[in-house]
Amino acid sequence: MEGLVYLYIFMLAGFTGYEVISRVPVILHTPLMSGSNFVHGVVLVGGMVALGSADPAEPLQLAIGFAAVLLGAANAAGGYVVTERMLAMFKGKKEGAQ
Amino acid sequence: MSAQFPVLGFIQAAYFAVAVVFILGLKAMSSPVTARRGVVWAGYAMIAATLVTFAWPGMQNFGLMALAIALGTVVAWVSGKKVAMTDMPQMVAIYNGMGGGAAAAIAALEFARGEVHGGVATTLAVCGALIGSVAFSGSCVAFAKLQGIMKKAWRLPAQNAANVLLALAAVALGYLIVAADSPAPEHVLGFFALALALGVVLTVPIGGADMPVVISLLNAFTGLAVGMEGYVLGNPALIVAGIVVGASGTLLTQLMAKAMNRPISNVIFTPISGAASGGEAVEGEQKEVGAMDAAAVMRYASKVIIVPGYGMAVAGAQHKVWEMTELLEEAGVEVSFAIHPVAGRMPGHMNVLLAEAGVPYDKIFDLEEINGDFPQADVALVIGANDVVNPSARTDKSSPIFGMPILNADLAQNVIVVKRGKGTGYSGIENALFYKDNTRLLYGSAQQAIGEVIQHVKALSV
Repeated sequence: MEGLVYLYIFMLAGFTGYEVISRVPVILHTPLMSGSNFVHGVVLVGGMVALGSADPAEPLQLAIGFAAVLLGAANAAGGYVVTERMLAMFKGKKEGAQ
Repeated sequence: MSAQFPVLGFIQAAYFAVAVVFILGLKAMSSPVTARRGVVWAGYAMIAATLVTFAWPGMQNFGLMALAIALGTVVAWVSGKKVAMTDMPQMVAIYNGMGGGAAAAIAALEFARGEVHGGVATTLAVCGALIGSVAFSGSCVAFAKLQGIMKKAWRLPAQNAANVLLALAAVALGYLIVAADSPAPEHVLGFFALALALGVVLTVPIGGADMPVVISLLNAFTGLAVGMEGYVLGNPALIVAGIVVGASGTLLTQLMAKAMNRPISNVIFTPISGAASGGEAVEGEQKEVGAMDAAAVMRYASKVIIVPGYGMAVAGAQHKVWEMTELLEEAGVEVSFAIHPVAGRMPGHMNVLLAEAGVPYDKIFDLEEINGDFPQADVALVIGANDVVNPSARTDKSSPIFGMPILNADLAQNVIVVKRGKGTGYSGIENALFYKDNTRLLYGSAQQAIGEVIQHVKALSV
């Protein structure tokens, strides 16, 4: 049953993702792609859990876990900065126009 | 165990809240008014998710974890802050690749620990690892191409066969991993090597107007991979965030592919490449125009439509273009901007740059909105755009881009094309527009050419 519950989560999350951006203006396509790129940076959390359960006596496990956390953190931080910079520009622009 | 339960319950509740905020944030990001708020919300959710994870019961290696987080955050933060606005597409590509790499590394670690049990979990771990690895190496290639490190698109002699063979081999090794009680290390190693190679081979031949679609597709891939590894780790926050991004990224990819009238399968399996495919030879010659004449034609026009492309982005000419627009408007010229959905290297790339320069929204029009206006325009000014204004897409069945909707710049009374040289540009396809009787070429980088036009427009206005 638990596996089936996950299947439902997959399905509902899929429809949600599809619906959430179904009416997005073209001007926001790039920031939105960048924003969704930031959101999957939550893989950082997965990397932390994985590294946290790695055997400290196994250098290979530590190295892979370290890479997972490093890459996840870079995805999250970089994704945020780039998205925020793009959207800040839109905001400044709108005020300037009025 | 019972002492741990409240902690775990609290963490799970926090993850639930984080997932809700991510979805609301994405929703907010799809409207210009709330977009900024959306990313800030998602940012706080990300920080919260990271902090509560430190309290996950039974975790070790905190020092290493903190070091990796600090290192990754600082490097990405600084590089993201420093990069020029015109280089944003490759930054999105590389950060996306890192996410894919992280998902693949999680799977690799679970295999190394021998902790993946059960058919469903192992299958999803393998699928996530495959997709994540492809996203990682594919994004690295996309970054190298956009950054100019890798210059030309090249194809293997039997490109599609190579793609299919590599994919099949990776899936076969993946199956061996799923089928085994504890996967053999050489299978796991071979699997990752093949998956990474597949990402490279898939992305290397792709160029031209297809690039934005590929980045979007790889973004969706990373989302899916993250969602799948979320299942393996039993972490609903990863599942929800990953799958939501996977689905929305797929939709975004479809929107882009539709704008180009090219199914996603065509983008991947029959990449645009002028050298490999035909297209009729174009007759005639390119007629040059000087900055002074170009300035005069636009200064005394009543309606000018500007079509920006990647050339404007490369030259960082958006500020000059806006300065010129303001001068022309002072002289009574009606100026509007026509944006092709795939102009530049990402959807909305041109909009972002024009917004940065200060161009108001109401001067910027989509393809459908403005295409009917070109016949009434005195001048269509094409700045570093190529495929998106190539009339062969309407007329020449043998052209690789036949059927792609284009901006009908060729229907304007006069066409001025700002272009660096006589070559065929990024995708390598000849453009009939450049040879038309009413077309004049203004050679030079967009920055320098528009700068000269500005000087001459000023001189005419005194």
